[in-house]
Amino acid sequence: MAKAAPQSLRKGIEVSISMAEAAMQANVDVVAAYPITPQTHIVEHLSELVADGRLDAEFVPVESEHSAMSACCGSSASGARTYTATSSQGLALMHEILYIASALRLPIVMAVANRALSGPISIWNDHGDIMAERDTGWIQVFVENGQEAYDMTFHAFRVAEDHGVLLPYMINFDGFILSHVIEPIVYWSQELVDQYIGLYEPMLRLDTKNPITMGPVGIPDIYLETRKAHDFVLRESKATIVKAWDEMEKLVGRRYRPIETYKTDGARILLLTMGGVSETAMTAVDALREAGLPVGLVRIRLWRPFPFEELYEAVKDCEVLGVVDRCLSTGGPGGPVASEIKGALYHKDKRPKVVEFIAGIGGRDVRVEDFQDMAKKTLSVADGAPLPPFELVGVRE
Amino acid sequence: MSESRLPGWKDLTLGLAILEPMSARNNLTGSWRSERPVWDHTKCIKCGVCQMYCPEACISQDADGYFQADMDYCKGCGICSRECWTQCITMQQEEV
Ligand code: SF4
Ligand code: SF4
Repeated sequence: MAKAAPQSLRKGIEVSISMAEAAMQANVDVVAAYPITPQTHIVEHLSELVADGRLDAEFVPVESEHSAMSACCGSSASGARTYTATSSQGLALMHEILYIASALRLPIVMAVANRALSGPISIWNDHGDIMAERDTGWIQVFVENGQEAYDMTFHAFRVAEDHGVLLPYMINFDGFILSHVIEPIVYWSQELVDQYIGLYEPMLRLDTKNPITMGPVGIPDIYLETRKAHDFVLRESKATIVKAWDEMEKLVGRRYRPIETYKTDGARILLLTMGGVSETAMTAVDALREAGLPVGLVRIRLWRPFPFEELYEAVKDCEVLGVVDRCLSTGGPGGPVASEIKGALYHKDKRPKVVEFIAGIGGRDVRVEDFQDMAKKTLSVADGAPLPPFELVGVRE
Repeated sequence: MSESRLPGWKDLTLGLAILEPMSARNNLTGSWRSERPVWDHTKCIKCGVCQMYCPEACISQDADGYFQADMDYCKGCGICSRECWTQCITMQQEEV
């Protein structure tokens, strides 16, 4: 067991506020952001921290998210530690600049309070916003609770700014379900934060005394090579991501892995979740296990780079995997996570069948009983029932 | 072959940054040209409009105040000829 952190402090605090304070402890230089529900409390609190003189940073209140991400690119390119946060339509408005941030290898950290995309207008939680940004070339992590959201802010800076990585990092946390709840969160002492992430030392930066060009045209002779280099560094970043989690475990005693398992021993079927619903799913698994049913749970924390080996290791022994997506690929194969899981397993000789559920769309509640129901349906496939088409959980006829 | 001179993906700078200032000069855009601008000094009023519009910024003024293009970089786009107020620049086909 790792020892408890010295001078750590447990606070009852709203998750969004704790994330803003984590950014303050990370001593960010620039925050460029536009408010959007349910992310607003993060940047609102950061603007207060700057205004009150508690955080020595430039707060840039831009006129849109497109400008927010553009300003973040500029500030990160100049060598400043840069943070922002957004949601849903705001993330969509950043879309084209997200690719530029990662292609320029700018270690921007962004919290995304996951929310459904319009229309109809919905401020409530699902993963529709982030799935549209899946291929932007950022490191993408999904957190399950407030402590993790706070901890991951430090992990994000630590990994993003590593000279072997230098990629932007998105922390996905569920809007309202996590962003607006008050949880007991163990704060790191400033000493620990400083020890863990240190100062940002850019490898390249815009500097009038030593001029360079960032973001030149990639003509057909070179574009392909830049994409290969980007793909390579994003895949390779997994080692740094895991190493930084290992070090965090040594410092604060909490252990994070790319894939987490829960009661998988002897499980014939597993549910697979991502994000805040995982804790509800665990409660469902507890109840089913008590009732003697061989069910367990797998949770994806690291979404990009996708942890192929760890995922296979976690699911290879079950008969059927029930994937719970939080997004509908309209007119497509069903859920984006299930599609990736099936793609990851397709070439394996030994692989579970995959049953697909799409749940919690646009803030629709996903209750413990819903997970129990999904687990039982998955179990029925293991018992020989035909594989059903993907199910939109709770949809009214 | 020319392909072997191009960098592989492991050789690229971080984010494809260009570290050498003004290295665009190494790219001799004159090789693109199929027509060249030719000045008729009898009509030129030395207004400098051709120089201002040239997208390659390759037009300069000589000691007598007339303008000329650096053929290493003139790509033959014809903008100077189009913009000249007195129509004193004609585009002439390059001979092979
Ligand atoms: S033809 Fe085009 S590139 Fe050449 S001198 Fe005129 S404007 Fe410049
Ligand atoms: S635009 Fe025409 S008239 Fe004016 S300086 Fe150029 S060549 Fe002479």
